[in-house]
Amino acid sequence: MEKKTGEPLISFGLLTEALNLARANSLWPMTFGLACCAIEMMAAGMARFDMDRFGAGVFRPSPRQCDLMIVAGTISKKMGPPLVRLYEQMAAPKWVIALGNCAISGGPFYYPDQYAIIPGADLIIPVDVYVPGCPPRPEGLLESILVLEEKITKRGRLRKFRNVKG
Amino acid sequence: MEFLTQMLGADVARMVVGLIAIIALVSVNALFLIWMERKVAAHMQLRPGPMEVGWHGAVQTVADAVKLMGKELITPTDVDRPVYHLAPIVIFLPVLLSFLVIPFSQTLIIRDMNVGVLLILAFASLTVLAILMAGWASNNKYSVLGAIRSVAQTVAYEIPLLITLMSPILMVGSFSLADIVAAQERYWFVLTQPLAFILYIVCATAETNRAPFDLPEAESELVAGFHTEYSGMKFGLFFLAEYTNMFIVSALATIFFLGGWRGPFLPGIFWFLIKVYAIIFLLMWFRWTFPRVRFDQLITFAWKILIPLAFANLLITALIMKLR
Repeated sequence: MEKKTGEPLISFGLLTEALNLARANSLWPMTFGLACCAIEMMAAGMARFDMDRFGAGVFRPSPRQCDLMIVAGTISKKMGPPLVRLYEQMAAPKWVIALGNCAISGGPFYYPDQYAIIPGADLIIPVDVYVPGCPPRPEGLLESILVLEEKITKRGRLRKFRNVKG
Repeated sequence: MEFLTQMLGADVARMVVGLIAIIALVSVNALFLIWMERKVAAHMQLRPGPMEVGWHGAVQTVADAVKLMGKELITPTDVDRPVYHLAPIVIFLPVLLSFLVIPFSQTLIIRDMNVGVLLILAFASLTVLAILMAGWASNNKYSVLGAIRSVAQTVAYEIPLLITLMSPILMVGSFSLADIVAAQERYWFVLTQPLAFILYIVCATAETNRAPFDLPEAESELVAGFHTEYSGMKFGLFFLAEYTNMFIVSALATIFFLGGWRGPFLPGIFWFLIKVYAIIFLLMWFRWTFPRVRFDQLITFAWKILIPLAFANLLITALIMKLR
């Protein structure tokens, strides 16, 4: 039920905002890595970077219990169907981050007539935030989580309690 | 309270007030414990843990709980529906009821039963049934494997747990938890029963399915174990029950070995909570420093080491009590 501007037709006001605030601050990612970008994802969860600071550090092994899928790495043709299946197994409010050039557009493995990879996660599942880099630094992943939080609450991070248009 | 007493009669009023207090305690305790677990884990791994949601992440668990309530509840196609929906309730109710007999201070106890210990242990064994229900009903190979492991493990560890608790009971001569605390007026039982205390802590860790004995939900082999197919607040109830279980086993350890609510200066309830949370911190310390044991090691440890030791401890205690 959405108009073209992106504003929902029916709004539950405070309840929706409270739910969105809670969702944005507890994005549990799936324990799921495809290639080398997953190493950066692990680094982002460990000391020095620590995704848990923003409430996004509870890596759940079961897709039923997580909110965020981080597509970290090259998607081979063989891995495509399982990826879609995992996405479909996640419970409803769910988001996807495409981490690294391979997940965005195939990266260095994409050339004319290649037969092995799917050039971009957005060809098979909806992607919310793209993080470029080969691989992106852990700071990049942290930034993408903050951007996703802004997207969920529809507010700027530093202006959490003031309404911002757009 | 007086109004309630007049309206409902003393017994019913006591039940109502007690149940409300228990539910409040369980929820607040679980919220606090999950935050504490994440902070302890983080500091053991040299990272700050939750920091941004509230002061040092203090409302992080509230955000998690609200999010879990707002999540979709998935019921997979081939599950055994009644059992699947019932399992989260069955795991949570006995945990709630165990609080009936725990003496939080000299006066703060809902019902001092003369079979208090047996009541708690009987309810604790119901947890296995719920885990088996969840695993079986999910119709998922990982869930079933997790449930089977959990049954084998809990049955094995319940025996030394019971026998270990028998030694202090033998010294007191009563199953009532209030009597056991009252008997520790001069010294704590951890001084006279150090082996029993150690055995109890090991068994309690296994009984609550926590690392290094967390084989029922070993995520590197079984996805999420018995609750793989549960989403949203149903999974949240399993989570809640696990942390409340931790509180109960720690409360039992406090009552049996650390003198319950006894302590100088502060009121009894504070001493009780301080001791309980100290033991919970110990359990968390185990979880984040020990690697997971293999399944055969787990079972061998229970049957070949813990049970003989517990029996030996009980025999020696009985002998000393007889000869004294």
